[in-house]
Amino acid sequence: MPLPIESEQGFTRRHIGPSDSEIREMLGVVGAGSLDELVRSTVPASILHEEDLSLPEGLSEPELIERLRELGERNTVLRSWLGMGYHATHTPGVIQRNILENPGWYTQYTPYQAEIAQGRLEALLNFQTAVIDLTGLEIANASLLDEGTAAAEAMSMAAGRVKGDRSTFFVAENSHPQTIAVVRTRAEPLGIEVVVDDAASYEPTDDLIGALVTWPATDGAIEDYRDFAERVHAVGGYVVAVADLLSLTLLTPPGEWGADICVGNSQRFGVPMGYGGPHAAFISARDEFRRQMPGRIIGVSVDVNGDPALRMALQTREQHIRREKATSNICTAQVLLAIMAGMYAVYHGPEGLKRIATRVHDLTRTLAEGLRRGGHEIVHEVWFDTLRVRPSGGSADDVIDAALEVGINLRRFDDGTIGIAFDETVTPEDVDDVLAVFAGGGESGPGAREIASALDPAELPEPFRRSTPYLEHPVFNTCHSETEMLRYIHALESRDLSLNFSMIPLGSCTMKLNATTEMVGVTWPEFGALHPFAPVDQAEGYAALIDELGEWLCEITGFEAVSMQPNSGAQGEYAGLQVIRAYHLDRGDAQRKICLIPSSAHGTNPASAVMCGMKVVIVDVDDEGSIEMEDLRAKAEAHADELAAVMLTYPSTHGVFEEGIREICDLVHARGGLVYLDGANLNAQVGVARPGDYGADVCHINLHKTFAIPHGGGGPGMGPICVNEKLAPFLPGHPVIPVGGEKAIGPVSAAPWGSASILVISWAYIALLGREGARRATEVAILNANYMARRLEEHFDVLFRGKNGRCAHEFILDLRPFRKAGITEEDVAKRLQDYGFHGPTMSWPVVGTIMVEPTESEPKAELDRFCDALISIRAEIEQIELGIADRDDNALRNAPHTAAVVTADTWDHAYSREHAAWPAAWTRAHKFWPSVGRVNNAYGDRNLVCACPPVEEYTGIA
Amino acid sequence: MSHLPDDLLYTEDHEYLRKSDDGTWVVGITDYAQGELGDIVFVELPSAGDAFDARASFGTIEAVKAVSDLFAPVQCEVTEVNAALDDDPGLVNGDPYGEGWMIRVRVTNEADLDGLMSATEYGEHIG
Repeated sequence: MPLPIESEQGFTRRHIGPSDSEIREMLGVVGAGSLDELVRSTVPASILHEEDLSLPEGLSEPELIERLRELGERNTVLRSWLGMGYHATHTPGVIQRNILENPGWYTQYTPYQAEIAQGRLEALLNFQTAVIDLTGLEIANASLLDEGTAAAEAMSMAAGRVKGDRSTFFVAENSHPQTIAVVRTRAEPLGIEVVVDDAASYEPTDDLIGALVTWPATDGAIEDYRDFAERVHAVGGYVVAVADLLSLTLLTPPGEWGADICVGNSQRFGVPMGYGGPHAAFISARDEFRRQMPGRIIGVSVDVNGDPALRMALQTREQHIRREKATSNICTAQVLLAIMAGMYAVYHGPEGLKRIATRVHDLTRTLAEGLRRGGHEIVHEVWFDTLRVRPSGGSADDVIDAALEVGINLRRFDDGTIGIAFDETVTPEDVDDVLAVFAGGGESGPGAREIASALDPAELPEPFRRSTPYLEHPVFNTCHSETEMLRYIHALESRDLSLNFSMIPLGSCTMKLNATTEMVGVTWPEFGALHPFAPVDQAEGYAALIDELGEWLCEITGFEAVSMQPNSGAQGEYAGLQVIRAYHLDRGDAQRKICLIPSSAHGTNPASAVMCGMKVVIVDVDDEGSIEMEDLRAKAEAHADELAAVMLTYPSTHGVFEEGIREICDLVHARGGLVYLDGANLNAQVGVARPGDYGADVCHINLHKTFAIPHGGGGPGMGPICVNEKLAPFLPGHPVIPVGGEKAIGPVSAAPWGSASILVISWAYIALLGREGARRATEVAILNANYMARRLEEHFDVLFRGKNGRCAHEFILDLRPFRKAGITEEDVAKRLQDYGFHGPTMSWPVVGTIMVEPTESEPKAELDRFCDALISIRAEIEQIELGIADRDDNALRNAPHTAAVVTADTWDHAYSREHAAWPAAWTRAHKFWPSVGRVNNAYGDRNLVCACPPVEEYTGIA
Repeated sequence: MSHLPDDLLYTEDHEYLRKSDDGTWVVGITDYAQGELGDIVFVELPSAGDAFDARASFGTIEAVKAVSDLFAPVQCEVTEVNAALDDDPGLVNGDPYGEGWMIRVRVTNEADLDGLMSATEYGEHIG
């Protein structure tokens, strides 16, 4: 027998929760002889993928790191002063290690369970406050996906509010090219005409929705837009400013010169460029827009005890409630990155930020002075950190090439000028290097230090100079030592339940392991420090990684081509439907605008369809949550000439592998429509069934669900789309870096590959699991769900099972029978907090139920513990049903119980403190305390406050 | 069991109409409707002078987890709106038939009134 000298570092056994012997035991419980038999008894035979996926063997963790190092070495990190909304930044170490690299922060779920999410809610409120202060407007949200889509959202907000029938949106021509392009993509299907022109000479017309200006402009120019804003307002339009947060510490805030909405990228507040993302875009607006504001807004409310408590406010604006009437399809945002940017503001404070901005500006002044002395022309009069330079003598190309020689990327404008955008990482030596490059080998004159010593401190001229103070709240004026910052970050972290405490069994959200080895590459400079518009030959490692990941995703889904642009699942839907729309238009079928969507679909589906100019026709689902074939057939037939697409989720949103999926696809194809497959539930299919094989034409993939990108407390996400040959020519393009098909639609994101740096995570996930591990993950995800369903079915009604009584990777428990006892799904979810768990998805897709998705990563012991908690809660409900526990004063209705409540001198409830706080044995060993009592939702929506309230009202600071 | 005053007319969309002495009608949502919606946080109402066809949407009502259109029960012209709901939308929960009223209208097609329900009929409608 040979000695066992091969590596024992195989990763699959680390990713999969249950051990082999536990898997055997669990198979016995669900009545299957093997994992393969389980899959065959669950998935329709007609769609089973019998061959092995063509994926490589899984790597060990050390091998993976080695491979990633090799790829990283093929990326060249230069000094990229290309600007266009992306700037190098110093991520404070305390923020990088304790937030960006900390699973206590990055594995959190979206803060729907506010009582166990107060930490990140406070951090997001800080972000909103910083945005409100710096932009000089009244309300802000907790981030959007990127600057380009934020600008498009601003256009939609203005369109939703403007009076009368209007159809023109103006964009100043000196805006970033990708912003203009993303706005155009968004405007076209909505019938909005985008006029790109010079703001100074533009005469607003009566059909103007609004006008967007970029401040400072893409080439650094700072212009006085007060008159322009007045002219736009005079015709009843709205003014949108795209602004730079750092510059606003010195510049008059847009809200003071007439902007109604302000958007931008907060990346340079300590978030690595990451070759395009992820970073948090911001949006702020006048208060009148509070009901048009897209995305998640964090608001201040009170809890049941009357103490201040934070929550997500005004959710009725959002797609999950408003569906096809929503103002936006945004769901996942960029929470983790917004938190980082907010913390950067907390750490530096107003004075620190102003120092950073002033220094960047002074270095830019120094460069400008040196260039002028060298005879070069600085094109604009007023600027902050970005110069447009007309070189004397030699051509711009010579200068740019010479810069490249010394490791600097400069921006090339078409008219022979050069753009240089400085940032906080720039040093005087860097300025010397630029001056030398412009001197072209000749005498470059005095150096930066000598030039700077001869310049007087000077502020920006009127009317550009900021006079309004900002960030005066104590939270921005306290934590300026690393010790205080570390403790503040930790204090907030400790209020939030994340995957490092217990499972987060959210149906449809796939909260699986985000393995450390998958995460490490994100913050390596080789992946983190690249500018998205750096020449592609500096990113060969990225190109190889993105190509390989793309091939794997196509193999897994059965498709031909992929676009990595979409930054979320909802954006994937939008991109996929835009591609379908382009396909029909290309064939001369402009009338194909009907989108069939089952009533059980996620709210993003109808919201995305409307954004693509489609008309939503709802298809009925039966009592089992499956599509009513007769209704589908009738509606497809009735609209056969106008049918654009059907949007399906598979397995269904009810967690069932519908038997008729092929038939549904065939039926729609036969009438000229295409099939959009929502990939939210792909975790039940990898290696088992492929959407491209059973009839889908396009599918988005939530990399933050199935492929291990962490949820980040509500973002980042990634929603690349995979398409078949028919749709490949239409994949989105980009105005700066060529990508996409030969008949590409416009870009759907600001960056060519979306949030490129987190593609590293999904690449690592697939590389580690390999062919066998990827399928095994699916099998165990299905096993875990069926095991839990089997354990819980004696205590609860488990709804919607497929063939052989199997669920897919998630299942629904019906809590409606408990209404008679006065107990709702919310009471159960809140009571789970007392047991140390995050509640499952509530009331979706069926009101009055909860949906549990354990994922393959949860070990059997954790599944059992969660089942035990639910069974114990069921017993508590029985006590109410039997009249033993009080109908109104019981541990469920009063949940969750805070430490303050159970240790108070008075306790006047009909049950014991012990029962309230220690409902299960394990809580004695490891207790999670909700930091506030049940949050009053109505109070917060009736009294919207979305910035840090004065300290006397709110003592949230550690 | 929700409260159903006898002197009102009701619609299938859970709105009521009450006739005033001056011949105008007050429109609001029923006690049942406010109970189903839960805590009302915002009511968007039209302006006085706005005219609506029967069944046209005249506004929206938002609860914490739901938003609904408000439908004109009859063809009508708005003569007054309840501005108090701006500051305190919870009035709809606390007093739907009184302080929680929404709009006062002049009915512009009397025939539309014939299609409305009595308290008994509405009671059967909501089961």
